[in-house]
Amino acid sequence: MFHRESGYFKTTYQADMGLYPLPIARYAIVAIAALFFILLPAVLDGYYLSIINLVAIAIVGALGLNILVGFTGQISIGHAAFMSVGAYTAANLATKLDLPFWLTLPAGGAMAAFIGILVGIPSLRIKGLYLAIATLAAQFIIEWIINHTPTISGGVAASIEMPRPNFFGMELATQAELYYFLMVIAVIAIVGALNLIRSRIGRSFIAIRDQEIAAEIIGINVFKTKLIAFGISSFYAGVCGVMYTYYLGVANYENFQLITSIDYLAMVIIGGLGSVLGSIFGAIFITMLPIVIRLLMETFGSIFIDDAALAQVIAQFRLIIFGGLIILFLVVEPDGLAKLWQNIRNYFRFWPFSY
Amino acid sequence: MNDTAGSGGGVKLKIDGVAKNFGGVRAVSGVSAEVQEGEIFAIIGPNGAGKTTMLNMISGFYHPDDGSISFEGTNITETKPSEIAALGIARTFQNIALFRGLSVLDNLMLGRNVLMKTGVLSAFMYWGPAQREEVEHRARCEEIIDFLKLNDLRKTPAGALAYGLQKRVELGRALAAEPRLLLLDEPMAGMNQEEKEDMVRYVLDVNQEWGTTIALIEHDMGVVMDISDHVMVMDMGEKISQGTPDAVRADPKVIEAYLGTTDHKEVA
Repeated sequence: MFHRESGYFKTTYQADMGLYPLPIARYAIVAIAALFFILLPAVLDGYYLSIINLVAIAIVGALGLNILVGFTGQISIGHAAFMSVGAYTAANLATKLDLPFWLTLPAGGAMAAFIGILVGIPSLRIKGLYLAIATLAAQFIIEWIINHTPTISGGVAASIEMPRPNFFGMELATQAELYYFLMVIAVIAIVGALNLIRSRIGRSFIAIRDQEIAAEIIGINVFKTKLIAFGISSFYAGVCGVMYTYYLGVANYENFQLITSIDYLAMVIIGGLGSVLGSIFGAIFITMLPIVIRLLMETFGSIFIDDAALAQVIAQFRLIIFGGLIILFLVVEPDGLAKLWQNIRNYFRFWPFSY
Repeated sequence: MNDTAGSGGGVKLKIDGVAKNFGGVRAVSGVSAEVQEGEIFAIIGPNGAGKTTMLNMISGFYHPDDGSISFEGTNITETKPSEIAALGIARTFQNIALFRGLSVLDNLMLGRNVLMKTGVLSAFMYWGPAQREEVEHRARCEEIIDFLKLNDLRKTPAGALAYGLQKRVELGRALAAEPRLLLLDEPMAGMNQEEKEDMVRYVLDVNQEWGTTIALIEHDMGVVMDISDHVMVMDMGEKISQGTPDAVRADPKVIEAYLGTTDHKEVA
């Protein structure tokens, strides 16, 4: 938020190292929490809440990918496959063993983390584009395996119907009920990522990104740390997949194909690599953009085109605007929305005396 | 193995017949040396003499083709760099290798990474032990920040600092690991006289106040001759002389290596 640091002096390192060292930032967080947990669910109807639900799911996935790509500097184009691993693990556990969500969520994450670590093993030897291709291969291999193993995919259509999450006997069926469920997970994911980044683990990720050789020399086991990054990142992806499965009520690999991996890469790049806030912005941006474009075109499109052709045009035009906006954003601010936000903040820090 | 460290008259680092080839290039061949506990040991020589290769082998970045290296009696010839760092050897680089996007403070905290234990799960929660550890190590980093007078820069990204300051931060990062042997690869390269004087003072302070053994590569002869206890001179991958600064200065082989052979019989 827009605030100035003056007049508040920290007396302990602990206070200085807090996530929100300034009182005003803490008030802002409380205000945002109140907005999302009390105000919005009270005023918005199911459709809008379902959009926020999608954003919450995307935030978890984007955070995971950003930990790997943005903080550790290892690229992955196979993240959607890790999500599908989480989704199918949870769906199988929930249908065959009747496990509740508080077990399927970590189990889906753990399974995805395991697969992610396996895929991450080549990262010791290959970097950049080569690693991208290796993870791309993983995307197709995992997709194929799930699709062709009936015990995992649940049969011909490769989809498993997911029971609704059950919270102390209360079935979370509607979007409003799912809203709290998904939001709480997203908040845990955000706080966890912030904590990771400011601790020993997160610093060693950034060290590997910035200077791999120096990282090794100062005592970071580069291979192990890269695998930890792959593990944490895929855990997030797995949890994201489980959330999406609970949201849809069905686990289906078609929701976790290459295009989804690319969408998530777009989120972290547009939001800002190496930024938790950026992951959130990116998730909001990429999830909302097609919806906003469609709403705008439905509202104003009829001025230019007659209604019959509109439905046909919207589908195509949406992709064009989507792609164009992504390019525009990258040109205007290559460091992403997080940097844009920071620039705005810095401007207002000294406003109106900007010198 | 460990008893040799104690009884060997405080030999910190023992290099024994070390050789390293890169393809057909003999970067280092058959070099032996001992670094005594608590001294400042300088390696000098013309460009391409194999000094940095030597340092890279000590810090585990390369492994020697022949010979052995032992630190405090432990054989580290084939040890990985990250494990060598954990044993208590820290180094700086000739071309600064800071984590440019991170603040000065975070760079120092990374230097202490080897001393920290927080696992993934407790880092995720940042509760109790994880937070205590962070705060504890932060306090130690602040001592180094005080020592190197980096107080007003602790939250500045390392990449945004001037060259001389970056060198200082790099020294700080190495010190943060509380090493018992500190390797400095040209700590004063590219500095002006004042910055050099500052750096010399820090190096001497580290050596005298903290008792850290230091091995350094440096081209500034004035600095080397003034601060080091022993000097090893290398040329073309071989050790050509070793001894106190005065002895080395008078060695005709050294003069020959630096100034080239002449037809005159008397060079000096």
